Amino acid sequence: MSMTATAGHAHADPHHIGVVIEHTGPAPKRIVTAYGFWIFLLSDIVMFSCFFAAYAVLAGQTAGGPKGSEIFDQKNVAIETVCLLLSSFTCGMASIAADVRNRFWFYLGMAVTCALGLIFLTIEFREFADLVARGYGPSRSAFLTAFFSLVGCHGLHVSAGVLWLLTMMAQVFAKGFRADIQRRMMCFALFWHALDIIWVAVFSVVYLLGSAP
Amino acid sequence: MLGKLDWSAIPFDQPIPLVAGAVVLVAILGVLAWVVIKGHLPYLWREWITSVDHKRIGVMYVLLASVMLLRGGSDAIMMRIQQAVAYQSQGYLPPEHYNQIFSAHGTIMIFFVAMPFVIGLMNLIVPLQLGVRDVAFPTLNSVGFWLTATGALLVNISLVVGEFARTGWLAFPPLSELSYSPGVGVDYYAWSLQISGVGTLVAGINLVTTVLKLRTKGMNYLRMPMFCWTTLASNLLIVAAFPILTATLAMLLLDRYLGFHFFTNEAGGNVMMFMNLIWAWGHPEVYILVLPAFGIFSEVVSTFSGKALFGYRSMVLATMAICVISFMVWLHHFFTMGAGPDVNAIFGIASMIIAVPTGVKIYNWLFTMYGGRIRFATPMLWAVGFMVTFIVGGLTGVLLAVPPADFMLHNSMFLVAHFHNVIIGGVLFGAFAGFEYWFPKAFGFRLDERWGKAAFWFTFLGFFITFMPLYVAGMLGMTRRMQHYDVAVWRPWMLVAAVGMAVLTIGVICQIMQLVVSIRDREALRDRTGDPWDGRSLEWATSSPPPVFNFAFNPDVRGEDAYWEMKAHAKQQLLEHEEPEYQDIEMPRNSPTGFVCAFFATIMGFALIWHIWWMVILGGLGAFATFVLFAWRDHDEYVIPADRVARIDRVNLEERRRLVSMAGAI
Repeated sequence: MSMTATAGHAHADPHHIGVVIEHTGPAPKRIVTAYGFWIFLLSDIVMFSCFFAAYAVLAGQTAGGPKGSEIFDQKNVAIETVCLLLSSFTCGMASIAADVRNRFWFYLGMAVTCALGLIFLTIEFREFADLVARGYGPSRSAFLTAFFSLVGCHGLHVSAGVLWLLTMMAQVFAKGFRADIQRRMMCFALFWHALDIIWVAVFSVVYLLGSAP
Repeated sequence: MLGKLDWSAIPFDQPIPLVAGAVVLVAILGVLAWVVIKGHLPYLWREWITSVDHKRIGVMYVLLASVMLLRGGSDAIMMRIQQAVAYQSQGYLPPEHYNQIFSAHGTIMIFFVAMPFVIGLMNLIVPLQLGVRDVAFPTLNSVGFWLTATGALLVNISLVVGEFARTGWLAFPPLSELSYSPGVGVDYYAWSLQISGVGTLVAGINLVTTVLKLRTKGMNYLRMPMFCWTTLASNLLIVAAFPILTATLAMLLLDRYLGFHFFTNEAGGNVMMFMNLIWAWGHPEVYILVLPAFGIFSEVVSTFSGKALFGYRSMVLATMAICVISFMVWLHHFFTMGAGPDVNAIFGIASMIIAVPTGVKIYNWLFTMYGGRIRFATPMLWAVGFMVTFIVGGLTGVLLAVPPADFMLHNSMFLVAHFHNVIIGGVLFGAFAGFEYWFPKAFGFRLDERWGKAAFWFTFLGFFITFMPLYVAGMLGMTRRMQHYDVAVWRPWMLVAAVGMAVLTIGVICQIMQLVVSIRDREALRDRTGDPWDGRSLEWATSSPPPVFNFAFNPDVRGEDAYWEMKAHAKQQLLEHEEPEYQDIEMPRNSPTGFVCAFFATIMGFALIWHIWWMVILGGLGAFATFVLFAWRDHDEYVIPADRVARIDRVNLEERRRLVSMAGAI
């Protein structure tokens, strides 16, 4: 029970060897909420990593069906990627607008984010529908199973994100920029950016590596 | 209209589940009727069901675990009787039913007894030990609990409506795939775990954030009580491991529902991938359960030895070492499945290394006791019983970690004995120790010591009489999950194990009696000081049961064993208390969100199991509507005025002053 520093010295020099920095008590709500949501995002990324692992294991198991290089359309994926990366930018703009409580730019940023998200989803849906129509559905081979699940799981997250986005716009419309709504907006932005990071991984692991002949 | 559900789902030809189901139904209806007639329903709704108070949620978790312990225990009794009588005969259970029983026993004991028990105790105590008012996300906490309850409910529904999995508690494919298990059993299994798994993840996020971000002033990392450290480690494991379970079960469900090929034998599916994924969750799960128990033992041993915990820092280090290494040993669950000698050797060594920090902990507890003033109250008995039992389990574990030995012993009764040895001797004893230790804190009265000690001795002896014979039977070559057998040398050991089960049952009855007797004599057992054991950490610094806001002021912590030092300080200064200035306290408002969410989750889960798609959509819409409605609320907090805080706190201070002055007189 040695006490290296006396309690209450909030301004104690942290660089001085032997000084214990006193914990100053519970963090403010904004920090706590963001921190908890970060932990959720990490757990979500762990879940994605399982689907990535499954894809890595099953990517070669085509069971006589098509390989990745035969079904991936580079142009579609390029458009999808641009949409999603751009939407991360507009989502950032909306966050800044929320911080400075500017309704016009907030609505505009969110609306563009939503539009880009929907374009992304439409392209992905058309890709899936086209594959199924050609008889290359998820039950064709283990490779297609893993492909549909991984990319579909990301798509499902984007869909949930769009629903959340619309709810956020409605909330700001009805309640204004209240502190709790600002916190939710921060969580939504974290979520949307995290989806972007996961898409970069999907893009590299599935489409880039998979397009090699 | 009702998917796969029709009258054939109810097993009219099987008396055992029907009678059991009827008894449970009558009991539930009886309790409900009593609650409604006595007019307790509004109280229950206001004070418990919609409560977001971490203490109440913790109590409900423990209650759920206790009820499910009886269910899982009855499964165990049925299995022991079956194996005792099924020598050269079919026994009294048909194979179909027997297979469902062992699957349900494992699933229930891990997911609906051990998990809610430790999460309940963490919920109840950790915010108190950290000196804070509630967990980081109180409403989410309630959602987590009720989703766990949904999972438990679905498992129990499977007793009467339909069937449970016949696959063992981890539902290995290809047996769990549609072609070998076409019924709804595996679906019951998977959906109840998916739903309760979400609840567990929520609890994990909540507790990690609470420990890392909400500690009171001066509560530095190296001043946190050991239970908080093990809670942190355990919940970090939950956050990292439970998503793996979610993903794995999702893949299995996709295989079953939509004809995917993750784990099938056809079209390139890979069964070994399931083994790797499920054990990448499953091995950390073991430590998710046992680390909080280690924390409880640390608290109990140091309190009842009257000494600070020996080697606190090494204890912290050992906890975090276990937390990390637990992710590096999963492959020892399938040494015999052709990974090759190099891989087996690496995982064998990693498995043995994890025994090192565990050994450090055991020595620290022993040295804490050494030279201490030991009081053998019931919690301390459980702790000492644990040390004896757990060492046996640990040694057989190291034996199983040797790959050549594992080739002989895997899938045998030896293995069954080993993991019951560590889970009963570690987790369950820990849960009981925590239950006895913190009961006065939760309810304001102590438990009866005589019945408690009887419960300990019967359980302790019953455990050894039941499971030591299983080690022997395993050595004699008996494999696990046998419905019947013809080998004469196994028979006597099965009979001894059945006797042991009877002794264990007496232990359970004693525990129930202890509760009944203690509630009857609660006035005599009342704890007015809030500190019945002469405790060392902050949870004893408030009254029992604590007020809704836990502490009138955020405590200021100046060292390890925060409350012990406060007490010593108070004795020296001879009670120079002045009236503190009380302030208004904001507390989160109660919310039915958790209960409503669970209601829709139950509907949705049931509909998914039986392929009733319109009902699935209904449940999903309901859940989304709940989410939006909850997000729309305007007031999520209420204020407790300063004078009420003062009134509540003065009573507490008065009792405490009397306690200190009495101690001063001695």
